[in-house]
Amino acid sequence: MDQITPLLILALPLCMFLFLGLAGNKMSHKMAGILGTLGMGVTLILAYSTAFTYFFSGNPDFIDAAGNRLQSVIFDFTWLEFTENLVIKLGFLLDPISAMMLVVITTISFMVHLYSLGYMHGEKGFQRYYAFLSLFSFSMLGLVVATNIFQMYIFWELVGASSYLLIGFYYTKPSAVSASKKAFIVTRFADLGFLIGILILSFFTETFNFIDMTSAPENVLASTGGATFMGASVLTWALVLIFMGGMGKSAMMPLHIWLPDAMEGPTPVSALIHAATMVVAGVYLVARMFPVYLMEEAALTIVTVVGALTALYAAIVACTQVDIKRVLAFSTISQIAFMMVALGVARPEIHEGVGYMASMFHLFTHAMFKALLFLGAGALIHAVHSNDYTAMGGLRKYMPITHITFLIGCLAIAGIPPFAGFFSKDEILVAAFENNMLWGLWMTAVAGLTAFYMFRLYYRIFWWNTPDYEKHGHVPHDAPWTMTLPLIILATVSIVAGFIPFGELVTWNREAYHIHLNWTVATTSVLVAVVAILIATVMYRKENAISDKIANSVKGLWTAAYNRFYFDELYIFITHKIIFNLVSRPIAWFDRHIIDGTMDMFATMAHKASGAIKGLQSGSIQTYVLVYLLGALLLGVVTVVCVML
Amino acid sequence: MDYSQFLAMKQEIGLLVVFLLVFLYDTFMPKKAQSNLPGVTCLFFALFTAACFCPCLLTNAESFSGMYESSAVIVTIKNILNVGVLIVLIQSMKWANSEMQIMRRGEFYELLLVTLFGMYLMISARHFLLFVIGLEAASLPLAAMVAFDKKHYESHEAAVKYIMTAVFSSAIFMMGLSFVYGLTGTLYFDGIANAIVGEDQLNVLLIVALAFVISGVGFKLSLVPFHLWTADVYQGAPTSVTSYLSVISKGATAFAFLVIMVQVFGTLYSQVWEWMLYGLIILTITIGNLFALRQSNMKRFLAFSSISQAGYIMLGVIALNTTGMASLLYYILVYIFSNLAAFGVVSAIENKTGKLSMEDYNGLYKTNPRLSFAMMLAMFSLAGIPPFAGFFSKFFIFTGAIQQGSIAIYVLVLIALINTIPSLYYYLRVVKAMFINDSETPIESFRSATSERLGLWISVGGIILLGIVSCVYNYLLDLTAPSDMFAGLL
Repeated sequence: MDQITPLLILALPLCMFLFLGLAGNKMSHKMAGILGTLGMGVTLILAYSTAFTYFFSGNPDFIDAAGNRLQSVIFDFTWLEFTENLVIKLGFLLDPISAMMLVVITTISFMVHLYSLGYMHGEKGFQRYYAFLSLFSFSMLGLVVATNIFQMYIFWELVGASSYLLIGFYYTKPSAVSASKKAFIVTRFADLGFLIGILILSFFTETFNFIDMTSAPENVLASTGGATFMGASVLTWALVLIFMGGMGKSAMMPLHIWLPDAMEGPTPVSALIHAATMVVAGVYLVARMFPVYLMEEAALTIVTVVGALTALYAAIVACTQVDIKRVLAFSTISQIAFMMVALGVARPEIHEGVGYMASMFHLFTHAMFKALLFLGAGALIHAVHSNDYTAMGGLRKYMPITHITFLIGCLAIAGIPPFAGFFSKDEILVAAFENNMLWGLWMTAVAGLTAFYMFRLYYRIFWWNTPDYEKHGHVPHDAPWTMTLPLIILATVSIVAGFIPFGELVTWNREAYHIHLNWTVATTSVLVAVVAILIATVMYRKENAISDKIANSVKGLWTAAYNRFYFDELYIFITHKIIFNLVSRPIAWFDRHIIDGTMDMFATMAHKASGAIKGLQSGSIQTYVLVYLLGALLLGVVTVVCVML
Repeated sequence: MDYSQFLAMKQEIGLLVVFLLVFLYDTFMPKKAQSNLPGVTCLFFALFTAACFCPCLLTNAESFSGMYESSAVIVTIKNILNVGVLIVLIQSMKWANSEMQIMRRGEFYELLLVTLFGMYLMISARHFLLFVIGLEAASLPLAAMVAFDKKHYESHEAAVKYIMTAVFSSAIFMMGLSFVYGLTGTLYFDGIANAIVGEDQLNVLLIVALAFVISGVGFKLSLVPFHLWTADVYQGAPTSVTSYLSVISKGATAFAFLVIMVQVFGTLYSQVWEWMLYGLIILTITIGNLFALRQSNMKRFLAFSSISQAGYIMLGVIALNTTGMASLLYYILVYIFSNLAAFGVVSAIENKTGKLSMEDYNGLYKTNPRLSFAMMLAMFSLAGIPPFAGFFSKFFIFTGAIQQGSIAIYVLVLIALINTIPSLYYYLRVVKAMFINDSETPIESFRSATSERLGLWISVGGIILLGIVSCVYNYLLDLTAPSDMFAGLL
């Protein structure tokens, strides 16, 4: 395969970012938007052709005679070479998951570019917005094609930075600023773990390269020489620390607190970054390192437990939120947790690692329908000028296209056949049941909750009671075509994506695997979902008091869930009360008095010394020559004396 | 005589051709075409620079019974200097077109090219006679260039100070050489080196001679205490000349100095000149920094900064290994970009407003954000802040020195590292003035000339690219690795 196309996939968004960032202010909004969208469109075509070539061309670089797909390094050039082992490379790794991610990222990114033409129309800083979108697309693409963990880390930080920039896009709004700060600090904190994990791992394996690590994971295990630290093996530590980075990005409990706040950013950004692409980076990371994770049962168990707890927690919280974007945010957290669980329960001996395939499948379908839901939410907010569903209701009559597409998204996420979510979620449940009955039941319950809160949202927005829109002088209506077209496209994809023979394309060992439905699991999960939807219908289809009654009857739980189980308050308590008082204050004192004092002393000394010798520079040429001569003589004499002695 | 020997001097011949073309153009072209002179010179020189990058030049050659030598490393350092000169030429176009210079700018270019020719000879010389010719050719015309602002009193004063110190230092240098000649009976580099091994190494006369030679070259490098001319001359000279003086002249001399110290006096390293240089480096870095702390004139400030930078460059000499040599080349390259970016901003502002004081830069960001950014990058690079080129050049030069391995060098590197702290302070002082300080009468917003902007773009591009792209340093490292100059000296 030629190297130009992959290179262009990365270079185009980067050039777009530089171009729009530097020259954007000189052009009109429309021009910048169209340019950005076109650039992304070309990237989309290139990425599609690359993925198509990878999956279907039959090129011996990509698939061997037995039908196993291969990992192929398209290019890998050395960026920094410190020592023979410590080499940092930047490259392009093409394998099933990276090819799939290319498709996901470029599709959603293009949709969001297109959608934003309408949604962001007339916003101040429109060009800056498009520049940041391009930067994000570049970083995310660089992340998924990383050939080594260090490259991934670099791009990992870059997506973090672009996410920070986009969350804080409305930088005149204090809440947006604090949300962007929060996102940055929390994910940075997690990335600290990631970095330490990388350092531990590469210290033992002496390589950053993914292929080296994953093709012979037993060597990775052997290289640690059975070293342990605090009762766990060093490899477990490394993997869990790396997973910590993934927890930060993918908003796993207890590092999830930034994601709901990140909804302060423009809604298309939430669709792109905080639903479809960046937040699944953690899942992608674990998938990328999966063979190494298989070496340590403990690490995978932690992945499963964290995922399962997060899934349930986020689903419960989602049932109580009023802000539609926050409902979707918690739903995202919960769905990503599904993917994590799927990875955590995947074992090669269980149906040839069906969990891995399911996780990637769900990543794919979820990206589509969650982006759809977010973009739909954007259209609603655009029409109603409020984020809360209390300001909505009965909108099905006013916004038919948004209504139908949103409904498709809800059906997909609820797992109703034949929509995409059913197939991928079903495989996850199969994997969970096969691993352990407990996880199977647990995740089925969460799936039921998902159906419930999504339809609660749906009914509150489109049915319930129609407020008097005309009284506010503003009748909601469907958005312009730039916004509805992406909705329609994504809705179509959400309907058909489930029929993609995913097992043929993406599996943990890259061998083809034939998906077959497990009817027991499928029937149960559909039944649960249908029951949940029925409950939601009863409670929310028309305005009534049932939901309030239920909320009052479990008031404590409801309030706790509404306040997200006080995680934010807990963090504030820990940081403000404990860390600030016990750690920061002493350090600040030390810094101010000891370190600054020493530095001040040096500064004063330097200034005094500089004042003392300033007479040397007198401006008189005679002095200069004299000093010169004395200097030369002194240099000679002192050396002679020293050498002779 | 075998005239094909001249073929070894391809770069010199090329430069001579450029010189002659410029000279003929200046002398014989009609008045109308004269206005294009700066552009034509830049074009010729750019073509020459590009041609010199031809890999076919990267061969080892020797001519005139070993008086002249050329090798891949030598060609490369000349190419690095060419890049710097090209930037200087581009940056000086506006100045050369000013009313005051229009009559005499032909001479400016001719003098500049002659000095560059002298530097070429210094770099390639393997015989002290040729070296001295190069040294003088690179020094004396500079005095005329320093005096180029005919109507400025400071320019004259600077030229007088420069020529007097230059002559004085030449005298001392040659006195040292005559001692060496008296002791060894030859002026060939390798001849002297061989004779020194045979002699009683710790001859008093030889040590004094060495001190004189170092002081003679130290004048051109402005090592403390041979630096006192620097600030006055840098301040008085036209800014284009100052930038030429501070980067090109210094870069060429630094490399020639490395060659002399290693090839001629290499065997005396551990006993004699390591310690001489050791003291000079500490003095140079520290005193350069201490003076830079309190300067308020930008050109004077950059003068002291360049003194302190020269101290860092000397770490590449004291390292006495190929890594040191590669990092010295790299340092010079980076230093060219960083310093020329700084001087480019200074001269753009000076040409427009005549302002040179650091206080005048207050609030520059609000009126001229791009110039401020260029200046900020230059300052960051000079101070060695990652990820800009200056960080890596410092890092590599420290690496080279550390590879020498002795504890004393560790201490030296530590001292150099500590010295980066005050340097950070004064470089950031400029940044603070531009970005943070407010001014009631800031320099008004203006658009600098195309040539000035082009020069700045190249320099800033160099600062950023060299920080990101590592292949340049690796290339230099590969280039110097086969050298056997350092074999058996430690």
